[in-house]
Amino acid sequence: MKCRGFRYCRVLTVEEAVESFVSCEGEARFLAGGQSLLPALNLRLSAPDLLIDISRVEGLRGITLEGSDLRIGALTRHVEVLHSPLVAEYAPLLARAARFVAHPAIRNLGTFGGSLALADPASEFPACVLALNAQIEIAGLSGRRRVAADDYFLGLYETALEPGEILTAVYIPAGRTWQRVCFDELSRRRGDYALAGLAAQATFRDGGEVLTALRLVFCALGSKPMRAQAAEAALLNTKVDAVAIEAAQHALSQDLSPDEAEDLSSAARLHLARVLLGRVAHALREGAC
Amino acid sequence: MSNASDIPFAKTTKYIGAALPRATAKRFLFGRGRYTDDIEVPRMLSAAFLRCPYAHARILAIDTTNARKFPGVHSILTGVDLARICRPWVGTLTHFAGMKSAPQLPLAMEKAVWSGHPIAIVIAETRAQAEDALEAIQVEFVELPAVVDALDGLNEHSALINEAAGDNLIYATQIEAGTIAQAFEDAEIVEADFIFGRHTAVTMEPRSILANFDPSTGRLDVHQSTQTPYQFQDVYARHFNLSEANVRVVAPDVGGSFGMKLHVYHEDMAVVGASIISGRPVKFTADRMESFASDIHARDHRVRARLAVSSEGILRGFDVDDVTGVGPFSTYPRTSVVEGNQVVRLIGAAYRVTDYRAALRVVAQNKNQMSQYRAVGHPVAFAVTEYLVDLAARKVGLDPFEIRRRNYLTQDMYPHTTATGYQIERLSLEICLEKLHEVMDYAAIVAEQERLRRTGVYRGIGIATYVEITNPSPAFYGVGGGHVSAQDGCILKVTQSGEIQCMISVTEQGQGTEAIIAQIVAEAVGTDIATVRVFTGDTDMTPAGGAAWACRGAGVGGETALQAGKKLKKRIVEVAGAILHCPAHHLTLVDGRIVDAQQHTRMTLRELAHLSYFRSDLLPAGRPAELTVAHHHGPSGFPFAFTNGIHGSLVEVDVETGIVKILKHWVVEDCGTVINPLLVEEQIRGGVVQGLGAALFEECRYSASGQLLNGSMADYLVPMACEMPDIEVYHVETPTRDTELGAKGCGEAGTAASSAAALNAVNNALSVFGASITQIPMTPERILRAIGAVG
Repeated sequence: MKCRGFRYCRVLTVEEAVESFVSCEGEARFLAGGQSLLPALNLRLSAPDLLIDISRVEGLRGITLEGSDLRIGALTRHVEVLHSPLVAEYAPLLARAARFVAHPAIRNLGTFGGSLALADPASEFPACVLALNAQIEIAGLSGRRRVAADDYFLGLYETALEPGEILTAVYIPAGRTWQRVCFDELSRRRGDYALAGLAAQATFRDGGEVLTALRLVFCALGSKPMRAQAAEAALLNTKVDAVAIEAAQHALSQDLSPDEAEDLSSAARLHLARVLLGRVAHALREGAC
Repeated sequence: MSNASDIPFAKTTKYIGAALPRATAKRFLFGRGRYTDDIEVPRMLSAAFLRCPYAHARILAIDTTNARKFPGVHSILTGVDLARICRPWVGTLTHFAGMKSAPQLPLAMEKAVWSGHPIAIVIAETRAQAEDALEAIQVEFVELPAVVDALDGLNEHSALINEAAGDNLIYATQIEAGTIAQAFEDAEIVEADFIFGRHTAVTMEPRSILANFDPSTGRLDVHQSTQTPYQFQDVYARHFNLSEANVRVVAPDVGGSFGMKLHVYHEDMAVVGASIISGRPVKFTADRMESFASDIHARDHRVRARLAVSSEGILRGFDVDDVTGVGPFSTYPRTSVVEGNQVVRLIGAAYRVTDYRAALRVVAQNKNQMSQYRAVGHPVAFAVTEYLVDLAARKVGLDPFEIRRRNYLTQDMYPHTTATGYQIERLSLEICLEKLHEVMDYAAIVAEQERLRRTGVYRGIGIATYVEITNPSPAFYGVGGGHVSAQDGCILKVTQSGEIQCMISVTEQGQGTEAIIAQIVAEAVGTDIATVRVFTGDTDMTPAGGAAWACRGAGVGGETALQAGKKLKKRIVEVAGAILHCPAHHLTLVDGRIVDAQQHTRMTLRELAHLSYFRSDLLPAGRPAELTVAHHHGPSGFPFAFTNGIHGSLVEVDVETGIVKILKHWVVEDCGTVINPLLVEEQIRGGVVQGLGAALFEECRYSASGQLLNGSMADYLVPMACEMPDIEVYHVETPTRDTELGAKGCGEAGTAASSAAALNAVNNALSVFGASITQIPMTPERILRAIGAVG
């Protein structure tokens, strides 16, 4: 298929981008890496009147340490997240998850901010930023604001972004040496959308034996990245032994009730989530991520 | 016909049997491939199709008024427009007695019968403009109840797809040989119900056609991504009432075909019709979604089968029921019943079994059409056979290798006629079996499997035998009235500088046909392969012939080239004899040089060509002059050249997730004379990957209402390099004596039993849980259900 006709403009500042959006008669879309948008256009699932190319906007690129936060500019490519020494040091969860993001050709073009703006529930990075308790920076007509990841993902492809707003950066609390992170996912082929994915960040005390803080976020198991608080509760203040893991796996049915999808029943999806939880919990305990 | 043993080509010749790289590969690496969609001609229009969104619907009205006003639109045609110039086609053949199928026209008329059925064609300056206009066509549908499941289609209250037929049964047949009831008496019986999902070819290059009709001459020029140009020349001439000599079909570079590109598609007929009506060149290239919705699908079988075995592990008889759903009609011109027919005839073919019963029912459904795809019927037949043989082995306590040893056809039994009537010249089953045992290092991997099992790692080892139909005679199609050639033709000409041009009717889709033909011609003529150019895929240029299907390129095309080459060599030597005043039988041609009995070079082929073409005044009067020969060859002797081989598969099953990792795959194959081992191995490996795709990943999934659920590469999973194991290939050579070359086919052997080997390997891994799986693809969910991890 060929996409429907559209107008195209390239902007160099965030203000210009927002201005182009609000002054557009008809539907406008921001174009960054294009790895999800262009296929949607070609399938005629989306047919905007105007594409606003923000890929050269100043200041939306790059990874920096700002105070106690790691700032990742929205236009940072997946491949840059994968190879960044700063990410490896301060947000290693993202580096681990980046390996699971699609294939190299897509990682070379797709952007970190684009992935969060689209909020595909099967994507890895939305789950990670939720697990890392990140702040999302959003620019709009009335300036910039920050939204906690907890308040950002609202539903299927639905986020706190209002029409005309641009996701400009993500601020991630720089990881502490005592924190443990793990990302793992199950897929039938390497690079596919996950059957189940899990991002986790944990803190252990008492010589690293007792789990005292934990955020577990699943991808591909709901309409958005799914925090698993019942499972977290079952593991908190335990040594993450077999009994605790089993309890957490059992509790997972309170956190997740996946619909039947693709060629997986809801029972099989929940089963796979439990298996993945077991593996991730085990890895966290062993510090073997 | 000479005896193959007189001509030990495979062992001693320079080119036949040599592992030569193929010349065309470099062209593709240089980015110089030229596919149908690359061809642009002046005044060309692009086509796009409006397709029925329902699986089954009556069409009450089509309104194209608004759509015609869109920019760039030349015209919009509907079913009635094309019905005026196109004779309907019916996908039946007379040797399948009693089969019935509805006549087809390029576009749906009063009703559409699958989701994706083309209803209107828009031709416009660009494809994008044509697609814009599609959105403005208004169609009034009444959705009808759809037949989705083949078994439901047999229900007497089922909706009818072809009302005139009175039911949805396209074809049924039964086979009974020996005394089946007796075979099952006092025997151990193993049985299973199998489900084989639908999958499709997923060629790198989708279907593409450019039709160019010249109303001033009545000439139709078609460039098409096809494997069978002559078949389409015949189809277009007959169905559009054109002079066949005025129809040219060219297959430029073709990026994969696998049987998918030899069927008649509604879109292709509509494009030809649109060009005839508009007088403009019209091009259509299927996009990936259209490919999934309209390229033929394959398989879709439910098989219930039983095998009787004695307590000593001697196989006694098979009892088989196959129900296959083939879409709304039988595909033209080769039908959609060949696959089922081969399933019920190939089961048990490798074994000494004389008691056999099978029933086949081929059922219409409101899904995309199903027809011949690589290894037609074989993967189903051998998954059923080899699964049951393994089950029988377990039942009587034999190793999988041992039960096959006890039951294979052996060297003293040939020629052999199977219980289902196939005549087999000679196989090498037991030789291949022992070779596989050795190359797998069977004892070692079994020991490793047992060791790992104690650590919670579940590996499985599976083997699966195949017997493959190749080099078909007209018994396949011609005898049933099909206009499908089983013979091939070859023209060889000496160029003015003494090189060789070869025009041959077999075709190239990436498998290396042109490479092996060059090897054979160079060998037979006695010249340097660098001076041989092979041309295929143009009905104006090559003689008529069958082209590429049923693994016939090497066996039939190769023999044609060999005999043409020998004929040309004889002619060259005669001309040389006249020039040199020397009896021709004292001369021969070696590496492009005319040499005498003392091996002295008397002249070169270049010199001979120069004299013949530029200085004919110097040559004696009455000498033989033609430096061009033609030769045709069709199979004779056995109706088919059966090949054989065996696959081995080593897998690891994650019993928590149901995800299978394939660790290694082995194939020992016997395709007779190997012309180029590199190409045979490529064919085997590519085929194995397609079979493993069917085993684990590929499935065209439909909703209960007949909607294809996964029409994209994101959700139709093809195996990727990361998922594929090393595939080791070994050769055993049992040449056919029906030809001098001795080659049989190898293109489908990889697909024929790789899924069966993987099925057996997974079941071997699951056996410790007392679990089994008899459905492919073996998805995580199905494996989890088989072992009870998900209820």
